Amino acid sequence: MKKRNWYLTFGSVLTACMLVFIALGFFWTPYDPGALSARDKLAEPSLQHLFGCDQLGRDVFSRTLNGAGNTLIIALAVLAVGFVFGLLIGALCGYYGGAVDATVMRVCDAITAFPSILLAMVVIAIIGPGTYNIIAALGILFIPSFARLVRGEFIKYRSRDFVHSARLAGVPAMRIIFVHILPNTWPVLLSGLTIGFNNAVLSEASMSFLGIGVGPADASLGRMLSEGQSSLFSAPWCTLFPALVVILLVLGVGMVGEGIRERIR
Amino acid sequence: MLKTICKRLGLLVLTLLLVTALAFFAFSIIPGDPTDTILGLEATEQQVAALRAELGLDLPLPVRYFRWLGDFLRGDLGVSYNFDIPVTDLLAGRIAPTFTLTLMAAVLIVLFSIPLGLLAARYEGGWIDRILTVINQIAMSVPNFVMGISLVFLFGLVLHWFQPGGYVSPESGLGSYLWFMLFPSLAVALPKSAMTIKMLRGSVLTELTADYIRTAYSKGNSRASALWRHVLRNAMIPVVTFLATTIAELVAGSIVVEQVFAIPGLGQMLISSISNRDYPVVQAIIVLVAFVVVLCNFLADALYRVMDPRLKGR
Repeated sequence: MKKRNWYLTFGSVLTACMLVFIALGFFWTPYDPGALSARDKLAEPSLQHLFGCDQLGRDVFSRTLNGAGNTLIIALAVLAVGFVFGLLIGALCGYYGGAVDATVMRVCDAITAFPSILLAMVVIAIIGPGTYNIIAALGILFIPSFARLVRGEFIKYRSRDFVHSARLAGVPAMRIIFVHILPNTWPVLLSGLTIGFNNAVLSEASMSFLGIGVGPADASLGRMLSEGQSSLFSAPWCTLFPALVVILLVLGVGMVGEGIRERIR
Repeated sequence: MLKTICKRLGLLVLTLLLVTALAFFAFSIIPGDPTDTILGLEATEQQVAALRAELGLDLPLPVRYFRWLGDFLRGDLGVSYNFDIPVTDLLAGRIAPTFTLTLMAAVLIVLFSIPLGLLAARYEGGWIDRILTVINQIAMSVPNFVMGISLVFLFGLVLHWFQPGGYVSPESGLGSYLWFMLFPSLAVALPKSAMTIKMLRGSVLTELTADYIRTAYSKGNSRASALWRHVLRNAMIPVVTFLATTIAELVAGSIVVEQVFAIPGLGQMLISSISNRDYPVVQAIIVLVAFVVVLCNFLADALYRVMDPRLKGR
């Protein structure tokens, strides 16, 4: 009898719920997330303001939706940058091997030895803050880990019989790499993508929390958490809800990744 | 054996050179000249040229790198643009809190994860294991600064076990300093402990299926004594590697969590220097962290070899 994959079931449901919740924020928020209201300063959660209001009287529910949306877009963009370049570099290095491969992997090792958030902070120090710069900084720093993952998979497959026979049949190398080998690696890459997504969400949130994230005009979960600290005791809802959104999103995606890994085994 | 040590040391020096070179060149491609920051925009060309010569900016890049590296190794980390005092003086008092925080977090991770990881593996599938798995999965999803905020709320604001934002310096009593630092180190350690517990559990369970364990059972060992006497040593090998790579994350975590607890450490300095574009300070902190990370990886590699004699001579 096949054991039920609880990780995948729970994770998918949780992730889907969070994505629907965040997607809602792209089309509709109950209030303007930037609108100030002196009357509602630090208002408690109620039917008018589901998550309450912050110290400037802004609706926490609207701001959470908006900030989560920004976080999601940044995380997906970072993932796209890191994944596309990581895939190309990893696939070519893994398939061909040789001196270029060895050199590229040394550089990757040197970069991954550092905490990505610290390097991202350095890049931001050099090119300045802002949404696009964060995507660029984190995206570049995510390339080595993906490259290494993809490379490992390609090394595993490159001496298999089906690759040899394809090569003997005269299939061009690019076709072998992307049509013959790549589909086999999807499960591993997918589980790597879930880890990368979570790292991107956590890095973005940490950087915004430290005040070197997205521009001051955009709502962001990290900055909400940093602003909420001053009224942590009197108005815990300013901190609680953005924190819950980050935790649940990361939890859901993490469980999906765990589920995929369990299925591979 | 001696050959291996020499090879490893050579590799260590090479890595350190690579890392410092990266840190140096990254900061030398920044558009704009430090003289603009120091002299302001209204400086005359002669003033700029004089300062460039004084700072050595007119020399070729590789020459500047080796000069900078030489100064760095002698403890001269340059002069802060913003405060106009040596970076060494600026950082001197700030290394201790960050170092304490990282070290305490590392100790806490080991204290939590080894007993709990073994417990989960010992009673695999039982209720202890299941509860730990659920708690682990949740703890891994909590960012360290959110963990920090939660600890401030629970232990600082509700239970009044410590004064939130009231940093206690080591001069005013070692005990109260360590007590205050316990909470930020918990914030750094808890999510990482969850990962380590999971890692150790998996590693122990893999080892338990090995042939030598069947032999140990057949000699009359119970599951517990097989775990203690035979499995632990082997199962610890991947965990040690994991912990070594975690050191880098711990330093980064400490830097973020310092902000939550208002600890005047390297993190505060780094973030204000980034906002003020005080590049010599940023550069110095990054290179310091790099040194620590590379050295820790080196030590872990050495430990790995001691723990696994099969690797000797490789």
